[in-house]
Amino acid sequence: MSELARETLVLNMGPHHPSTHGVLRLMLELEGEVILRTEPVIGYLHTGFEKEMETRTYHQNIVFPPRIEYLATMIEEHAYVLAVEKLLGVRAPERAETIRIILAELSRIASHLVWLGTSAVDVNVTSMLMYCFNDRERIMDIFEMVSGQRMMHGYMRVGGLQWDVPAGFVEQVRAVADDLPGRLDEYERLLTDNLIWRERTEGIAVLSHDDALRYGCTGPIARGSGVNYDVRKAFPYGGYEAYDFDVPLGSRGDSFDRYTVRVEEMRQSRRIILQALDRLRDGPVMVDDRKVALPPRAELVRSIEAVIHQFKLVSEGFHPPVGEVYSAVESPRGEKGYYLVSDGGNQPVRARVRSPSFNNLQALPVMIFRHMVSDVVVAIASIDIVLGDGDVDR
Amino acid sequence: MIAEAAEALARDLAGLAEAEDRFRDEVTLVVPRERLHDVLARARDASFAVLTDLTAVDRLPAQPRFEVVYLLTNYTAAARVRLKVRVEADDALVPSAEAVYPGANWLEREVYDMFGIRFSGHPDLKRILMPDDWEGHPLRKDFPLVEEPVHFAGHTPKVPSAIIPKTPRTPPTPPR
Amino acid sequence: MALKPPERPGIQISRGADASAVTEADARAVEGSILTTTVDRVVSWARKNSVWPVQFGLACCAIEMISAAQSRFDIARFGSELFRASPRQADLMIVSGRVSQKMAPVLKHIYEQMLDPKWVIAMGDCASCGGVFNNYALVQGVDKLVPVDVYVAGCPPRPEALLFGFTKLQELIARGRPLRRLS
Repeated sequence: MSELARETLVLNMGPHHPSTHGVLRLMLELEGEVILRTEPVIGYLHTGFEKEMETRTYHQNIVFPPRIEYLATMIEEHAYVLAVEKLLGVRAPERAETIRIILAELSRIASHLVWLGTSAVDVNVTSMLMYCFNDRERIMDIFEMVSGQRMMHGYMRVGGLQWDVPAGFVEQVRAVADDLPGRLDEYERLLTDNLIWRERTEGIAVLSHDDALRYGCTGPIARGSGVNYDVRKAFPYGGYEAYDFDVPLGSRGDSFDRYTVRVEEMRQSRRIILQALDRLRDGPVMVDDRKVALPPRAELVRSIEAVIHQFKLVSEGFHPPVGEVYSAVESPRGEKGYYLVSDGGNQPVRARVRSPSFNNLQALPVMIFRHMVSDVVVAIASIDIVLGDGDVDR
Repeated sequence: MIAEAAEALARDLAGLAEAEDRFRDEVTLVVPRERLHDVLARARDASFAVLTDLTAVDRLPAQPRFEVVYLLTNYTAAARVRLKVRVEADDALVPSAEAVYPGANWLEREVYDMFGIRFSGHPDLKRILMPDDWEGHPLRKDFPLVEEPVHFAGHTPKVPSAIIPKTPRTPPTPPR
Repeated sequence: MALKPPERPGIQISRGADASAVTEADARAVEGSILTTTVDRVVSWARKNSVWPVQFGLACCAIEMISAAQSRFDIARFGSELFRASPRQADLMIVSGRVSQKMAPVLKHIYEQMLDPKWVIAMGDCASCGGVFNNYALVQGVDKLVPVDVYVAGCPPRPEALLFGFTKLQELIARGRPLRRLS
């Protein structure tokens, strides 16, 4: 009998699985139904972004970021263009920065809504997916209004924005921001005091404060464990230093804390959006540096230099100085950073994407040790990985 | 403006580092591979408790070919420091950082997978992103992108990476 | 007694000895409630109106596929009420997203587990032809692995585009294509 008791079963979960939130494969070593060891196998969505980005100019590379993290597309674009701007030593004009912040925070809300909907569906609150995606559709409409695309925008450019926002943008954003608290209150009523939700998430997949630091976890998963680190506060970028918002922290580091942190983050994002709408002033949306940004078309008929700049920028792209930079933003998953190495040419020598989900997922085996198989679903949902690819596999 | 804590760490490690560089409010220290473990341990004890990123850069044709790059962050003081270890292609072995920062486990596997740089002391160094039986290390400069051209009748358009070719740094025009 | 030629084609009722047995009105009522067709067409009609996809979301297109299944776009009104987790219970595979080298054998495996008749929609540019990416890591088009019935272009295609592709698939099914055989 003692041999039977010690026998373990290896259960393969994924890569095709309804609850792994993407193509993640987990090899779970079980003793009965209790998990002893976990080995996540990733790479099922490896796309070769970093290699592709080495073969294109900095401007051409703008197509890749939204496909890396496809749930928070505007934030990913923001991350990339900020890194290139840091390398060049330029700063986008104020109106562009304000609009970028509005779109980034809307993107954060959209991503958290997807997370909330899919996490709830994993615990079988199936109506939540419908509600959350419905709200998300309104944000997609705003993105479509500014850039023409619901998801892969290419709206944020190096030095500013593709073009100015159309009329009606402010009203539509304000409408979304006004309706948001009511919707979030409804979702909290549905989940927070729900016995089943609490039983499924409280005490599940606890990540300790020290483990979060050890594995380099960032974002709500770390803040749920009490790590007070938000890139927007620690290394402010793109104008965030002027905004007033709180960073919610959890204390126990379980799935329930991560849930409350993310819902509160949505409310704080709304706070930032309202401040940004009040700050929005008229002005240019693209930097005036002709070595970086195309000249306005009216200038082309007047100035031969403008024509030469236009020609050089379109046929070759700009040449940043020799050097390397690392620039990070706070994505809904954690610290999303771009490490760009330039040798002075028009294409990066190395474009490294520091993806939060890669580091966060490393902590999964520690989190689900001695849990049951059904808790794995809740644990993966609470990490909020954009897996399968973009983020983890690049 | 480089953060105070980063400057302090740079001063502290100046004796161990081979070179130092500052660019756009970031400080980079190049350390020899034998001292890497000491440097990482001292950085961690100086409150740079988080290994934010571990990656590598292939500098072909420059020598030494590979740079393994470590990015450390101090959350409490909001400071970052970058460390680099330079290795040759035929001697691409670096001590593993996993003992100091457990989060280096997957990051080092990724560097091994993409560049072929091995890490001594790593508990389980195997491929992570590519299939287990893949040959070659994709992010090396001599590994091609493997672009498949699209075939039309009588005409083959350029592959995407050839549409805007790589142009090197334009040397500054000499004053007339 | 000679039969009058009917006003419209349909069942002819011959009046037997008892002229009051069946009236023209009865005949017309019966005709109006019988549909003549072939078994194939009925089966195709049933199949096309209850296509159940297998949950095969890979990347960004999966998010638009989920959006297509939600209340704004609602794929359920076309019959896809449920996305099945098990390929054995599904008849459509919507390949939504890029297929990496590591995922290719898994995709083939899932496809093989599906029972005939089965169809494949290649959703998005990456599934159709490799899309934005052209490199070592991705299979340039899922039709290198499995036979594709409908290609939906877009990066990602709007949910309406996916629904249009879906209706095209329904037309294909209605036309009664021969059952697919693996080559």
